[in-house]
Formats: sequence, structure tokens, C-alpha cells
Amino acid sequence: MSFRFARSLLLAAITLTLLGCERSSTGGQGTSGELVVRIGASAPLTGPQAHIGKDNESGTRMAIDDANAKGIIIGGHKVRFELISEDDQADPKTATIVAQKLVDNKVSGVIGHLNSGTTIPASRIYNDNGIVQISPSATAVAYTAQGFKTAFRVMANDAQQGRVLGEYATKNLGAKKIAVIDDQTGYGQGLANEFIKSAQANGAQIVAHEYTNDKAYDFTAVLTAVKGKQPDLLFYAGMDPQAGPMAKQLKALAMNLKFMMGDGGYTPQFIKLAGDAAEGVYASLPGVPLDKMPGGKEFEARFVAKYQPIQLYAPYCYDAVNVMIAAMQKAGSVEPAKYLPELAGISHDGVTARIQFDEKGDLKGGAITLYQVQQGKWQPLETLGVITPAVH
Amino acid sequence: MEILLQQIINGLVQGSVYALVALGYTMVYGILGLINFAHGEVVMIGAMLALSALTALLGMGVPPALALPFSLGLAMLGCMALGYSIERIAYRPLRHAPRLAPLITAIGVSIVLQNLAMMIWGREYHSFPQLIANTPHAFGGAIINDIQIIIFLMALLIMAGLMVVVHRTSLGRAMRAVAENQNAAQLMGVDINRVIAITFMLGSALAAIAGMMVSANYGLAHYYMGFLLGLKAFTAAVLGGIGNLRGAMLGGLLLGLIESLGAGYIGDLTGGFMGSNYQDVFAFFVLIAVLVFRPSGLLGERLAERA
Repeated sequence: MSFRFARSLLLAAITLTLLGCERSSTGGQGTSGELVVRIGASAPLTGPQAHIGKDNESGTRMAIDDANAKGIIIGGHKVRFELISEDDQADPKTATIVAQKLVDNKVSGVIGHLNSGTTIPASRIYNDNGIVQISPSATAVAYTAQGFKTAFRVMANDAQQGRVLGEYATKNLGAKKIAVIDDQTGYGQGLANEFIKSAQANGAQIVAHEYTNDKAYDFTAVLTAVKGKQPDLLFYAGMDPQAGPMAKQLKALAMNLKFMMGDGGYTPQFIKLAGDAAEGVYASLPGVPLDKMPGGKEFEARFVAKYQPIQLYAPYCYDAVNVMIAAMQKAGSVEPAKYLPELAGISHDGVTARIQFDEKGDLKGGAITLYQVQQGKWQPLETLGVITPAVH
Repeated sequence: MEILLQQIINGLVQGSVYALVALGYTMVYGILGLINFAHGEVVMIGAMLALSALTALLGMGVPPALALPFSLGLAMLGCMALGYSIERIAYRPLRHAPRLAPLITAIGVSIVLQNLAMMIWGREYHSFPQLIANTPHAFGGAIINDIQIIIFLMALLIMAGLMVVVHRTSLGRAMRAVAENQNAAQLMGVDINRVIAITFMLGSALAAIAGMMVSANYGLAHYYMGFLLGLKAFTAAVLGGIGNLRGAMLGGLLLGLIESLGAGYIGDLTGGFMGSNYQDVFAFFVLIAVLVFRPSGLLGERLAERA
């Protein structure tokens, strides 16, 4: 290496370092005297769940764009929100790296992560650094059971969802012998266990508990094993990339049973993937159907016009950002330590529900709606659980 | 009993796809001693190309019976061009570099292709049109579909064809000569670059077929689908003895069977101690067991004389 080349390399390195410093020091004041507030967001933006992750990102982005368009004033400063979106690949290890990166970027709060399996390990890092985290979609009970003051979610947890699903399977659908498949993620395991508890409490027998993973697409072997146990209902705890092909393979194996999923399967993508095998499949989603919520229809129309049809959690992300901003406004500060108490005690009418948190950071009330695919579309059947309708 | 038969059918169908992909790994390894980690992505691109061609053709009103073979052909051509380009751009300049360099390059190519596909076809899952009637046939209590029968027969046919090409044609003789000793083959007047390029193209064409089979069978295509499939097929190639064509076929079918029987029976075998969550553990345990007793795989030759 020539001396000149080495010197230019060194110069480049110094410049880059300086640029890096420059960038990380703009946390406070922006160019025009407005306060720049960074909101972190994390979801899988690559990999099998990238379509759901992108949906989350879009929901978050829309809320931030809305807030910037409105011109929010917090503590006398005009505030411009800036989204820092990171890809956690639905991978627990990557999630902790991403979480640290967001902390280092001095975000005022985090919307995420998407999966329970990533939300839980990341939550420790946010808690250690005192950064408020609102997960739009993590449902595992363990997330808010760690005693972290910074952890919130705007979605019902698996205990609530699993209980309702188990009751519905046994009481409404009359299932006696139930098979369960879970995808061995934090979400799948938790939901499967809560579902099993509830189904057994209601007198059903669990004849098989099989497993797959969140990257698989061939389930013929486990389904054949399930078939040998002759269940009358199959519950899948996992996401749509697996649920779609699974429904298809159920049909191909001529297995005539009821197929039921949690919120991970309630997507238009599921219907696309399962084709005509989607017909009659059940799924649940925390909250009241969007078109029954004030502002829900309007949100959906605007979202579809700007991005694409809602996959799953975009409305929850939208709510999560707005509830965070509302708490900041109430506290008159964007410091997590200052607005955290306001967030804990907030009552905010979102597009998915009236958002109020209990002492653990879980959503109060938490209605859960059951849906079924009818004529190629998800149709709401019944809303169960305590309902707290938003009143404007 | 019918459950056992069903698991065997499941395993054979899955295994024949593994075998087709494993052939691509093993052909390249046999000739270059290179593990082409980008091969799984070629399978994915094949599926995506077939899907795009099919959607376009069906949109133009071409009857499915015509659109299906035509889009398969298009996907094969596209993948052959891709395979050629990968070899020409990424591997040929590194042919005499230390072994680690092309390996890392292969992983790089794989990431590039995956992200390229994500940019072209998007992140979402695409559903693959169901053109072959998915009529289940009862077969001794087990159930098999038309698509599965087609996959299995086509895989057998292609493997037989490949054996003929490798063992009965002058191209095949050249391939075997290059595999045995590149320098000697060159001295005998074999155009090594041409033979290697053709090997990549052949492997990529098989990958395109495998990609379309997977998509048609499971009804989906996704930019990420090549990763796991490639990994499994690579495992199959190692199981059978990497570098050996018959080994890749045997390894593929065997891995398919092990996986499906493992997932189906591991719970019963261990009295519920282990469930289907140990499906992959089971498959890799078999792989390790084979490699302990036969380090070069089931049908592999010792590599000592080649290295």
C-alpha cells in the first residue's frame, strides 16, 4: 500500500467518524429551531414475515407523518418527529442488536417489536436505558410480566386471546378432540399453551401437540401424524406464511376438520396463500372490527390509498404512536422519564380501541373478535371479552 | 398402516425436490470443489420467473396446458443465463484463489440474489396459480395428488436423463474428465471454461424445475424460499456424498424420508419425550451418524486423491 493511499484512507476514516458524530448529535434542536424527536420502530423487514413487518412500518410512518402535518407543540416547542425504522428479521438475537442501536440513536420511544420472540429480549435493553416501548403486536404474557415499567402494548395478550379461542373452540364449535401445532416462537408457544389450558378447562381433549418453525412450508409430515389421532379441530399458533400452506395441505390430505388460528393468521395474505382451502377457517384478532370503530374506516381508506391493503397490525402501530405522542403532550416533554407516568395513566381513543393500560402495561379490557373466511373474505363472527368502545 | 404409507409418500415427494436441487450442488462441487451456496437462490429465482411468466401468459388468455410448459421453459432459460453469469462474474475470476475466497463469494452472491429478488418481486408471498387439478387419489388408505405424482415422476425422469448425459455423451465425458483432473483435461483439448459453464447452466436448469415444482406443490413463491430449501438440499448432497450424482439423488430421497418419518414417529418412538419439534434434530442426527462412519457420505469417494 502506497503512503498516499494510506493517507487518503485515513482521511476518509476521520471524515466518516466526524460525520457519524455530527449525525448523532442532532438529537435536540433541528435546523429551524424546531425540536427533532426520534421515534424508533422495529419489525422484520426481510425474511418470511417481511410483508407484515412492512405493514407495521407503514402504520407507524403514517402516524408520524400525520403528527408532523398537524404540527404538534410539546412544552412550547414545535416538534418534528423522525422515524428510525430497523429490521430485526424476526430474530431474537438481531432484535437485541437493533434495540441497542435505537438506544444509541437516542430515540424518545420505540414502537415494536412485531413478534413476541423479539419484543421480550429487546424490552430488557429499553428498560435498562429507560426508554418507553409500546409493542403494537406482541401478545406473549411474558412481555409485560417482567416487571418493566417501560413496557406497554396496545394489543390483548395471549392469556386473554388463548382463553377466548379455547372457549370458542369448545363451546361454540363443539370441539371434543383438539390437535395443536405451534411454530416454537415466543408467540406460538405462549398462545398454544394458553389455548390448551382453556380448551382443557372446557372439557376438550388435546390429542396431539405438534411443532413446526417460522420458516417451514411443508407440513405434510406433522399433519399426517395429526391425522392419525383423528381430531375434530386443529389449532395453529403461528403466522400466515405457515398457516396458508398448512390450510392447503390439510385439504390435500383430505383432512376434514375445523381449522383455527390466532391473530397471526388473520391476514388477506392467508386467504391468498390458502386459496379455496381458506374457506371456513377461523381466526381471532384482539380489538373490535376496524369498521365498527369511530375513525377506523377513515383510517383504513387513507392507509390503503397511501400504502397497500392492511395486512395485520398497521392500525395498532398507528395507535401506538399516537398514544405515545398524546402522553408526551400531556407531560409537556419528550423525555421518556417525564412522559412515562402520563402514558401509564392515559386514556386515548385510537382506531383499534380506547387505550388504557393496567399496572403491568397491558391493554385494559381487551375485546377479542373472532373471524371466519366466508366467500374469500374475513368476516367478523362475534366479539368476546370485555368491550371498551371508544366514544368521541 | 395408512399413516406410515402416507408418511412415505410425503417423504418421497419432498425428497425428490431435495434430490433435484442437491444435483446442482453436487455437480458444481464435483467439478470445481466449490460449494455454490447461491444455488438455493437460483431455485427461488426459477420459481419467481415461472410465476411471472405464468401470470403474464394466463393474463393474455393462453390456455394453461400451453402456458405451463412455456413458463417452465422460460424459467429454465432465465436460470441458465443466471447460472452462467454467476459463474462468469463471481467464480471464474476466483478459480485459482484460495478455497475460502469463492466460498465467501458464494454466500455474497446468495445475499445479492435474495435482495435483488426482494426488490423485483417484493416482500410478500405470492400465491402460485393452481393449474393442475389437486384431486386427491386414495392409494391404500393414503392420499396422493396429481401434482405430487408429477413431481415424483418428473424428478425420476430428469435424474435418469442426467445420468445418460454424464455417462453416455461426449459432453459428459468432458465433465468427468474436468472433475478428475482439470490440467490433464485441458491438455487433452477439453475446453474447461466451456464445460464448467455448461455444468452451471445444467444445474441451474434443474434448479428452475425444482423451484417451479415447489411453488406448484405448496402454492406459493417467496423471495426467501431458496434459503431453507438450499440448506436442506446441501445437506442431502453431503449425506449422499457430495460430488457424486447418484449420491445426491439417494441423499435427497433419503433426507425427505427421514424428515417425514422422523416428524411423524419421533413422538411415538420416544414415548412423547421428544415431539416433532425435534424433526430437524433427527434429520441432522442421521447425517452426523452417517458422516461418522462414512465421512465422504453414503456413495462418496474418498477425496484424498483429488485434493
